[in-house]
Amino acid sequence: MAVDKKYETPLLDELEKGGWPSFVREIKSAAETNPMANDLLGLLEQSYTEKKGHWKHGGIVGVMGYGGGVIGRYTDLSEKFPNISHFHTMRVNQPSGWFYTSEALRTLCDIWDAHGSGLTNMHGSTGDIVFLGTRTEELEPVFKKLTDAGFDLGGSGSDVRTPSCCCGKARCEWACYDTMGLTHFITNKFQDELHRPAFPYKMKFKMAGCPNDCVASVARADISIIGTWRDEIQVDMQKVREYAKNGTDILKEIVMMCPGKCMDWDGKDLKIDNSSCRHCMHCINVMPKALAPGKDRGAVVLVGSKAPIVEGALLSSVLVPFIKLDEPFDESELWELIENMWDLWCEEGKNRERIGEFIQRVGMGNFLEAVGLEPQPDMVSHPRENPYIFYEEYFEEGE
Amino acid sequence: MAEEVIQRKTDIGPPHFSKFLPPIIKENYGKWKYHEIPRPGVLVHVADNGAKLYSVRAGSPRLLSTNKIRKFADLAEKYSDGYLRFTSRHNVEFLVTKEQNIEPLIAELNALGHPVGGTGNSITSIVHTQGWIHCHSAATDASGIVKAVMDECIGHFTSMELPGKLRIALACCLNMCGAVHCSDIAILGIHRRPPKIDKENLPKMCEVPNVVASCPTAAIRPVVYDGKQGVEILEDKCMFCANCFTVCPALPIANPLNDGISIWIGGKVSNARHEPMFSKLAISFIPNNPPRWPEVTDAINNLVELWAKNAHKHERMGEWIERIGWPKFFRMSGLEFRKEHIDDFKHAGLTFKRSAHLTY
Repeated sequence: MAVDKKYETPLLDELEKGGWPSFVREIKSAAETNPMANDLLGLLEQSYTEKKGHWKHGGIVGVMGYGGGVIGRYTDLSEKFPNISHFHTMRVNQPSGWFYTSEALRTLCDIWDAHGSGLTNMHGSTGDIVFLGTRTEELEPVFKKLTDAGFDLGGSGSDVRTPSCCCGKARCEWACYDTMGLTHFITNKFQDELHRPAFPYKMKFKMAGCPNDCVASVARADISIIGTWRDEIQVDMQKVREYAKNGTDILKEIVMMCPGKCMDWDGKDLKIDNSSCRHCMHCINVMPKALAPGKDRGAVVLVGSKAPIVEGALLSSVLVPFIKLDEPFDESELWELIENMWDLWCEEGKNRERIGEFIQRVGMGNFLEAVGLEPQPDMVSHPRENPYIFYEEYFEEGE
Repeated sequence: MAEEVIQRKTDIGPPHFSKFLPPIIKENYGKWKYHEIPRPGVLVHVADNGAKLYSVRAGSPRLLSTNKIRKFADLAEKYSDGYLRFTSRHNVEFLVTKEQNIEPLIAELNALGHPVGGTGNSITSIVHTQGWIHCHSAATDASGIVKAVMDECIGHFTSMELPGKLRIALACCLNMCGAVHCSDIAILGIHRRPPKIDKENLPKMCEVPNVVASCPTAAIRPVVYDGKQGVEILEDKCMFCANCFTVCPALPIANPLNDGISIWIGGKVSNARHEPMFSKLAISFIPNNPPRWPEVTDAINNLVELWAKNAHKHERMGEWIERIGWPKFFRMSGLEFRKEHIDDFKHAGLTFKRSAHLTY
């Protein structure tokens, strides 16, 4: 494709300076041959001049049979920048853990160079490969080539959003379950829910292999599955002593920083009261050669985190304190629980009400009852302080 | 056309990740013993059988051209048998098995303009949203501020001398596609003027009951003007969330005079030591000042350096402030404490100081 017009971009040029890699250079690089990328450059310069975006509200576009995966986008300056009059984003479901071969990346690049702006996000906030900007008539051809290459679209709108995970057992000694395997399983199990929005609002899954939570599942997922263990921290005492010898101040850096105050160090032995361990990972993070999560590994399942819109931001809270998550994944009792939650939320949830907000509205106690879970002290940071209790049963005289 | 429809494949899901894993990972899946960080930006994972995998991590602007991705593919073929991955914070990682490839790979990445780092006690890449590049509801740009901030912080990307990790995130409006609300430093685009009602188009574009229901503070009421359905906005109840604009394009809220940036600090998602926490308001408003947002980069620089100088080893921003207390933090930082810093939404009272535990 030929690019016939060149825009002056004095403001954006300032963002080519400095040591950090420049997104402006990326757009300029694509703009050498791609008219869409070139018009994006011109539009962005105008936004920088006016301190204002120039994109209209979405609009419903997509590939046949799917309700999600494409974000419709049109500029409000289409006469001035005709090549981005349509500039739809396609979300392409990433492989678990964001691992690629150079060959797979080249295939994706070939598809996008032929049909889109030549610009991507590697990756979007939810985890997808983001193809940034194309026209409506290009959506089906891109989809055809993607599926021929073994890729599919991700989620958008009120559907299961593309699940994502940390690298788990592929490259981390702390993974307490197979995050990548489970993510692949969940993504495939819920293909219909992912491609055809039918929920009150979005539904995100994030799988973290340990409580370090490298995918921010506790803050960014409606269902957060965080690996943990329930037996004793594995200790190589000789290695602990080596850390001490090499300058780690075990008393100050480990024992005093332990949130469960469950450790002691006498200069020779590290004692751990595992029954008070909070499974926070700090000691293991500081001495990875000496300490490791226990052997009885699984996960804690939390529910409900979200960003502020509409009723305020939430962190996920504990739903299942411990669950084993071994293969075969399809035998897990988790799926029945999730289906129960979805049935309830779809039936009772309001439009644009995330499941976390729904739980706040109906009450966690009522929610647990409806999905068939027993209340447990692990689910709260402390019991209620307010005495306005909704007692549900009482006696009548003479009964 | 009919033939094409028949050939259409749907619901195949993503390719299985095993197609993209290097042999060393397939052999040692679930069998890693420990890891070390021999130098900033390089991790070495050691398996039970002694096998060693080096991951070389380079920073990225997230927005990548296919030209750049092809260059990454070239480098992967040259140095890591074609295997690479991306991290949850948009860095690119080359999965190297030959130790002698590390140096030349780092040299080529640097020559390509991609610094190597982001490991251990560093500032790694900023998780962020689309901003003016692609979003209809942006109150600020995303990539430009990220670039300006990382240009300032790059020395903390390529070294590991901070007390602990520092995670910065940016969202260009309260929708927070980047879910920045649990970051050590969150840069958040905000609107500050209630939506202007496009009376002409509202009845054509929007459903009034949906618009009314969208407002979390019940600031929107249905009205009829000239026989046409419409809404009015009680401006003193508007908290600029823009949820109404999301459901109704005829309520534009973006405004160059009033849009800008707020800075939130002290959040974290990791469970290490302290439980996950939300970020709290540090600076309620900084005007948009493209192309390099100098007031934002200065503010962040000051926050980073203050924390770096005063925190104990391993303490994240929020843990440090919790130890010294917010009043002391405001005294030390010189930041102005304003009315906006006091919460007035749901459960605000839980954030009031309810004791005499004060520092002077």
